[in-house]
Amino acid sequence: MGTPRTHAIRRRLATAIALALVGSLLLSGVASADLLTPESGGSPNADSIDTLYKLVFGLGIIVWLGVWGVLIYSLLKYRARKGAVAAQIHGNTKLEIGWTVAAALVLVFISVFTFATLPSIRNPPNSDEGLENVAGTTSGVAVAQSERLPPNGRALRIDVNGQQYVWRYTYTDGDGNPLNDVFSYEEMVVPAGVTVSLRIRAQDVAHSWWIPKLGGKFDAVPGHTNYTWFKVPAEKAGTVFRGQCAELCGRNHANMIAKVRAVTPEEFEAWLERKRSDIEASNEAAAQQRERVDAGQNP
Amino acid sequence: MAAADITTRGRTAAPAPQITAHRVEREPTGWLSWVTTTDHKRIGIMYLVTTFVFFIVGGVEALMMRLQLGQADNTLLSPQTYNALFTMHGTTMIFLFVVPVWAAFGNYFVPLMIGARDMAFPKLNALSYWLFLAGGLVFYASLFFSAPEMGWTAYTPLSETAFSPGGVDAWIFLVHLTGLSSLIGAVNFYATIANMRAPGMGWGRLPLFVWTVLVYAILLILALPVIAAAVTLLLTDRHFGTHFYDTQGDPMLWQHLFWFFGHPEVYIMIMPGFGVISEVLPVFARKPIFGYKAVAASSVVIAFLALLVWAHHMFTTPSPTVVLIFFMISSFLIGIPTGVKIFNWLATLWRGTIEFRTPLLFAASFISLFVIGGITGIIVAVFPVDWQLHDTYFVVAHFHYVLMGGAVFTIFAGLYYWFPKMTGRMLNEGLGKLSCALMWIGFTVTFLIQHSIGMDGMPRRVYEYPDIGNLELYNLISTIGSFILATGIGVTLVNVYISLRKGPKAGPDPWKGNTLEWFTPSPPPVNNFDVVPRVRSVEPMKDIRREIERNTGRAVQRAQPAPESAVQPGG
Repeated sequence: MGTPRTHAIRRRLATAIALALVGSLLLSGVASADLLTPESGGSPNADSIDTLYKLVFGLGIIVWLGVWGVLIYSLLKYRARKGAVAAQIHGNTKLEIGWTVAAALVLVFISVFTFATLPSIRNPPNSDEGLENVAGTTSGVAVAQSERLPPNGRALRIDVNGQQYVWRYTYTDGDGNPLNDVFSYEEMVVPAGVTVSLRIRAQDVAHSWWIPKLGGKFDAVPGHTNYTWFKVPAEKAGTVFRGQCAELCGRNHANMIAKVRAVTPEEFEAWLERKRSDIEASNEAAAQQRERVDAGQNP
Repeated sequence: MAAADITTRGRTAAPAPQITAHRVEREPTGWLSWVTTTDHKRIGIMYLVTTFVFFIVGGVEALMMRLQLGQADNTLLSPQTYNALFTMHGTTMIFLFVVPVWAAFGNYFVPLMIGARDMAFPKLNALSYWLFLAGGLVFYASLFFSAPEMGWTAYTPLSETAFSPGGVDAWIFLVHLTGLSSLIGAVNFYATIANMRAPGMGWGRLPLFVWTVLVYAILLILALPVIAAAVTLLLTDRHFGTHFYDTQGDPMLWQHLFWFFGHPEVYIMIMPGFGVISEVLPVFARKPIFGYKAVAASSVVIAFLALLVWAHHMFTTPSPTVVLIFFMISSFLIGIPTGVKIFNWLATLWRGTIEFRTPLLFAASFISLFVIGGITGIIVAVFPVDWQLHDTYFVVAHFHYVLMGGAVFTIFAGLYYWFPKMTGRMLNEGLGKLSCALMWIGFTVTFLIQHSIGMDGMPRRVYEYPDIGNLELYNLISTIGSFILATGIGVTLVNVYISLRKGPKAGPDPWKGNTLEWFTPSPPPVNNFDVVPRVRSVEPMKDIRREIERNTGRAVQRAQPAPESAVQPGG
C-alpha cells in the first residue's frame, strides 16, 4: 500500500515547507517595520539580539505553521461523516521517537546559534579610532569579572543609580573620589562612537535599566551591581534614545524615564566641561557661604 | 467493594443477572447540608462555583486595567488603584482560580474516574475547601484597609514595610491559607490515586486526567512548602525585625525562593488542563489517545524539569553567565515533552471521525493558542533575547497564551465536557460554540498585539504610557479584544444559568465517553457506584459498551438472524 500514500504525504510536506518559507519571507518584510522584532539600531549588542531573535522567531513560525496546518487539516478532513470509521491507532513508537528527536535537534541548533552570537552581545568593541581618549573615558582593569570593558580597556564609565523614581548617572573620572564626579539625572549624555560601560545599582527598591534601542535590560538590585555596555554609532550623534524603568518600583514606576542623548565627541567634551565648572562654581559658592557664616554674617 | 469484586470476578462467561441494592437514603438538602458535607462531588461543586466567582472578579479587574490603557496618558485610574488592580488580578487568577479550579474538577472526577466511592480523606477534603475560601476572603478583606500594590511576585525590598506599609500582609496570609489548602488537597489526591483505584486499574490503565492530577499533586507538595517558608520570612522581615530580604540580607534570596515555587506553579496550573485535553480528544475523535505512554510519561518529565527552570525569570538580574546558560538549556528541555504532548494530540485527531461538539472546539482552540505560548516560551528562554523582552508586554502576552489560551480554555473544555455529569443536563451547543468563537477571537485580538507592544518598549505594570509610535493604537486594539473575550465568557455563564433549568436531560453517558465516570447516573448518587467493574484497558467504558453490544447483539441475532456482514464493533 506504501508508495502512492507516501508520495502524497511527501508532496503535502513539501507544500507545507514551501508555504512556511514563503510565509516567513512575507513576515520578514513586516518584521523590518519592527512590528515583529525588538527595537535595535542604537548599539551593536541590540542589533545582535535582534538577529538572534529573528532566527528563533523564524523557526517558531515554521513550527507554528506546521502545528496549525496539521490541526486545521485534521479538523476539516477527518470530520465525522456518514460511514466514516475512525482508525483505531494506539501509537507509533518510531514516529514518536522521531518527533522527540526533531524537537531536540531544533533546540540544539538554537543553543549553538545563541553561543555563537553571545560574544557580540556581551563583549563591547573598542571605541571608534581616534575616539579612545575622549575626555571622560578612563582605562583600567575591570572591578568585577562581569564588568563590560572593550579589549583595550578604555571606555566612558558611568555609574547608573536607580531610586524612586529617577535615574542618576555619575561619570566616574577614575580618581577614586566620587564627590567631584560629574553627574546628571534622567538624561544621560554620551559621545557617539565611544564605548560606554555601565555599572548599575539601586539605592532603595529594585529597578531595571532599559533603553530598548541600546540593548537589553539589566536589573538594578539593592546590594548588587549589574553591568552592561552600549556604543552608539558615530553617525547617530544627535539622537535621543528613550527608555524607562522595567521593574515595578512603586506607584510612579510608569514615570521613571531614562533618556540617552548621543552627541558628537566635541559636544560631549564641552558638556562635560560645563558640568564640571558648574560643580566647581557651586562648591566655591558653598565655601564662600561657609566663610560668611563663620564670620557671623548672614548666609 | 466486596460485593463488587464478586460480581466482576464472576463475569467470566455470561454474567448471572442479579440485582444489587444499596441502602436508599434521601440526599440531604438545604444550605447546612452543603456547609457540613464531606462528599467529594459537593466539595467539587463548591470549589467550582467559588473559583468561578473569583474568576469573574479577576476578570473585572483585568477589564478595568484595559480601560485605563485604552488611551495614552489616561487619567481614569490613579497609579495606586492600578497597581492594586494588577496585584489582585494576578493573585486572584493564580491562587483563587486556576489552581483551585483543578481541585474542583479533581475532587469531582478523580474518584469517579478511578471507580472509588470518595476521596481518601473526606473530612480533610472539606477542610481544604474551607481553608481556600478563608484565604480568598482574607485577601479581599484588604480592600477595606489597604489593598496590596506590590504585584503578585511581591519582590523585595518593595514589599518590605519601608516601601509597602499595608496590603502585603493580607497577601502573605492568602498564600499561607490557600497553600495549606492545596497541600492538604494534594496529599488527599495522592493517597486516593495511589490506593483507591478500581480492580484491574494498574498505572498503565490510569486515565490521563488522573495522571495529570497526580503530577499536579506531587508538584504542589514539592513547591508549596518553599513559598510558605518564604512568605513567613517576609512576614518576620515586616513585623519582627529580621532582615532576610532587605539590603542587610539579600533581595535576590526572595527572587530565588519565589520562583522556585513560581515556576512549578505554572505547570501546576496547566498540567490537569493537559489531562482534560487528553480525555476530550479521544472521545470526540472516536479514536484512542495516540501514544498513551508518551503522553503520561511526558507529564512526569515536565514535572521534573519544572523544578529546574526557575531562574529563567531572573535572566536580567546580576547573575553569573553560567547560571543563565543552565537555565536557558533546562527551559529548552521542557519544550521537548511539551512538544511531544502537542504532537500526540494532533496524531490523536489524525484519521479520527471528529465530532464538532463544544468540548472538542475548546480543546482544538487550546492547541491552537497554547502552541503560540510554547513558541514564545522558547523565544524568551534564549537569555540574551529575554534581556529585551523580560518584564514587557511580550512576556504578558506569552504567559496569557499559556495560562488563558492554555489553562482557561482547557477549563472551559472540561466544563462543557463534564457539566452533564455534574448536573444531569446538557449545556446548550449553540451558545457553547458562540462562546468558544468569541473567546478565541477576543483572546487573539487582546493578546497577539501585546507581543508588539512589548517589543516597542512598553514595560508591564505601568499605569500610563506616552503615545510613542503606534502604542496607543495597539493598546486600543487590545482593550477592544478584552471586551470581546469577556463577552465570550459571559455567554458561557448565561449558558450555565439557562441549561441548569432547561437543558435537555443528559443521561449517564451523553458523549460515549471512555472512562468510568460515565458508568454512573448523572449526577452520580452519593455512593457513586453500586458495582465497580473490573478494568481491562485505558478505556473501560468503551469495553463495557462493546460488551453490552456483543451481548445484546447476540440476543438480537437469536431473535432475528441477520446477515453476517453487519458491522461488528471492536474486532
